[in-house]
Amino acid sequence: MLSRSADAIYWIGRYMERAESIARFIDVNLNLALDLPPGTQEQWKPLVGTTGDLYRFLERFDTTTRETVIEFLAFDVDNANSIYSCLRGARENARAVRDVISSDMWEHLNATYLQVSDEGARGRARHSSYQFFSEVKLAGRTFEGLTDDTMSHGESWNFCRLGRMLERSDKIARILDLKHFLSNGKTSSGALDDIEWSAVLQSASALELYRKRHGRLIKERIVEFLLLDREFPRSVHFCLVGAEEALHEITGTAIGTFRIPAEQRLGQLRSELAFARAEEILEQGLHETIDAIQLKLNLAGDAITNAFFIAAPLYSA
Amino acid sequence: MRFQDYDCETFYDEWMAAPGKPRPEASLLVRMLESLPAGELQRRQLAAERAFLVMGITFAVYGHRDGAEKVWPFDLLPRLVIMDEWERIDRGLRQRIQTLNLFLNDIYHTQRIVRDGIIPEEVIRTAKSFRPECIGLRPPAGIWAHITGTDLVRDRDGKMYVLEDNLRCPSGVSYVLENRQVMKRTFPQVFQASRVLPVDDYPSRLLDTLQFVAPMSARNPRVAVLTPGVFNSAYFEHSFLARQMGVELVEGRDLHVDGGRVFMRTTRGLERVDVIYRRIDDDFLDPRVFRPDSMLGVPGLMKAYMEGKVTLVNAPGTGVADDKVVYAYVPKMIKYYLGEEPILPNVPTYLCWEKKDLDYILGHLDELVVKAANESGGYGMLIGPHSTKEQQGEFADKIKAAPRNYIAQPTLGLSRVPTLVDGKLEGRHVDLRPYILYGREIYVQPGGLTRVALKKGSLVVNSSQGGGSKDTWVLPAPPPQAVDGLDVRTPITMGAQ
Repeated sequence: MLSRSADAIYWIGRYMERAESIARFIDVNLNLALDLPPGTQEQWKPLVGTTGDLYRFLERFDTTTRETVIEFLAFDVDNANSIYSCLRGARENARAVRDVISSDMWEHLNATYLQVSDEGARGRARHSSYQFFSEVKLAGRTFEGLTDDTMSHGESWNFCRLGRMLERSDKIARILDLKHFLSNGKTSSGALDDIEWSAVLQSASALELYRKRHGRLIKERIVEFLLLDREFPRSVHFCLVGAEEALHEITGTAIGTFRIPAEQRLGQLRSELAFARAEEILEQGLHETIDAIQLKLNLAGDAITNAFFIAAPLYSA
Repeated sequence: MRFQDYDCETFYDEWMAAPGKPRPEASLLVRMLESLPAGELQRRQLAAERAFLVMGITFAVYGHRDGAEKVWPFDLLPRLVIMDEWERIDRGLRQRIQTLNLFLNDIYHTQRIVRDGIIPEEVIRTAKSFRPECIGLRPPAGIWAHITGTDLVRDRDGKMYVLEDNLRCPSGVSYVLENRQVMKRTFPQVFQASRVLPVDDYPSRLLDTLQFVAPMSARNPRVAVLTPGVFNSAYFEHSFLARQMGVELVEGRDLHVDGGRVFMRTTRGLERVDVIYRRIDDDFLDPRVFRPDSMLGVPGLMKAYMEGKVTLVNAPGTGVADDKVVYAYVPKMIKYYLGEEPILPNVPTYLCWEKKDLDYILGHLDELVVKAANESGGYGMLIGPHSTKEQQGEFADKIKAAPRNYIAQPTLGLSRVPTLVDGKLEGRHVDLRPYILYGREIYVQPGGLTRVALKKGSLVVNSSQGGGSKDTWVLPAPPPQAVDGLDVRTPITMGAQ
């Protein structure tokens, strides 16, 4: 397929996942707000810290309140990672590859964009926050379903999946990291700790599955579940397996081997997690480990860009 | 919705023969509309507009900040054409497109028509869209203009005229196809009862046409649609056609000429392209041959084309037959090349560069329509009866300064079709653009795009100037007066497909 189209569809996958993930981040706090003991202050600053955009946020807003943070994360036109900007990015890319994606995907994406850019959207996000961000999440899920269901599972689908899975790995790691920001490095009291952990798990659609597997909320098991689990479909490891599958279907190289740097980097990271133990990760520091994972994900992303999108090959196949 | 108060004024109305008297082909629709509960038509109109928005059928508006898109206004009430008349239009368009292709082939080779004194040499030499680079070119199958969208208008007298031949990159066919989809969902029973001729096979016929003119060397010709990109006002159409044909949509930067052949840059390296349906103007095709500052084109593309390694559709240089001065000679061309009388007449045209005509034009600027010879999209135009003295003075100066650049025509009283305006039906002026494909054979899409000037009294139908569109129904015979079991009031729920 055209390099330009591959680039566009990879970014559709990433942007749609990113928009959904931001709704999930916000969801953590909405969940927390519901469960916190009366008198406890809502904490919105950690949320911005998790996204990695705190510096940009502070340039534009003086206080970290529910209003300013939701404005910044959901609607801010000047924040390239706001839900609005992600949907706009996805839609612009989709427009550029209308011939590659299905009409169902396009219409759903367009409708979602229209919904969030609608004049009434801010009001809904304020008054029925929980419902509004649930709708954004659901729109993301629906888009994934439509992608899997109405596109043939060839090269372009794999580029979309690759983008989605890399983005999801990154964002699940960040959701886990949110706990670090929430506790501000300190250990929270038992009850609050449990509330924070369940909010984190819930935002990753992981709470019920975790309970089934491990029952009680234990830090080691939660880290293991979100980073390393083989079956939980949003664990970082699980997403990397999906990303690797997509990449190898594109290149035709057997999994477990590599020909290009993108395959090597992704494979290294995936096997690192495959052989890791939660206890060791916590010993080395969870926040530090997550930082390292994100760095490696970025390197894999760069390698993918170089292999398929930028280096327009000047030789004939 | 009552037709009692519907006023035809002095114009030819496509639906009504006289006040309160529908033409036979319109009577079913009139009855249906009259039986709709109050507000129902507006509701369906809103549903249709919403459907266009959700489907993202929009065009970019130039001069607005990035992302500004508009839904092209669509009116639910179709234009109706009965078969007898359509057959004549169809024959007339075939005759015309054949002639124009013969003309193009002649003009870039021996110029027989000039030597025989039918068209003055000066007209050709001074046509901005004449491309000396194309002299001697032999496009596959001798076809230059594969895709044409001819503009037809009906005057007060009920007669159809050819207003313009659009031989460069006529746009709008995607709206014909999308409008039809929406109409089928909005008025399913009436649509079915009317046995409207289908338009839906256009994309597959287009693909046939494109593959037919592939270079001889291409066994399994690969086709691509070349677009200027997402910011072009017709981008929706480019992607629509590529999708409908199942071919690649490319931008200039996706193409690369290597060893005289044209390739696409793909994730697996370079892949060959044989036929390019280009939706960018000649000027921007190849910076090595035409405008050197073009960022949209492909360096080396023209050379590959001239060497027969790739086919461009339409051929570069076809614009010369689109020139409004050359247009005035088309009836003579038809006689010259085919020995036939024109089936569809031209609108009478005055040429500013002929002394006698010029004097007449300058004396009658308040009655005439003056057009720039090489513009399209409703730009560079003076509509005499709707203009001020100052505007007329301005045009008089422009004409005198460059007579070759202007033509004038009488202001036609374009026919009208009932249109939903603020909850009421009012007549609005329309034109008609049927699309013609010329490949193995000539195909005329039955119907085409009806453009409607939505502003009261306006004669300008272009989308850039406040125009909208309507579906066009070619009817094999007037539909029955009533349809069995037809409850025309059944509300239809509409939404995105």
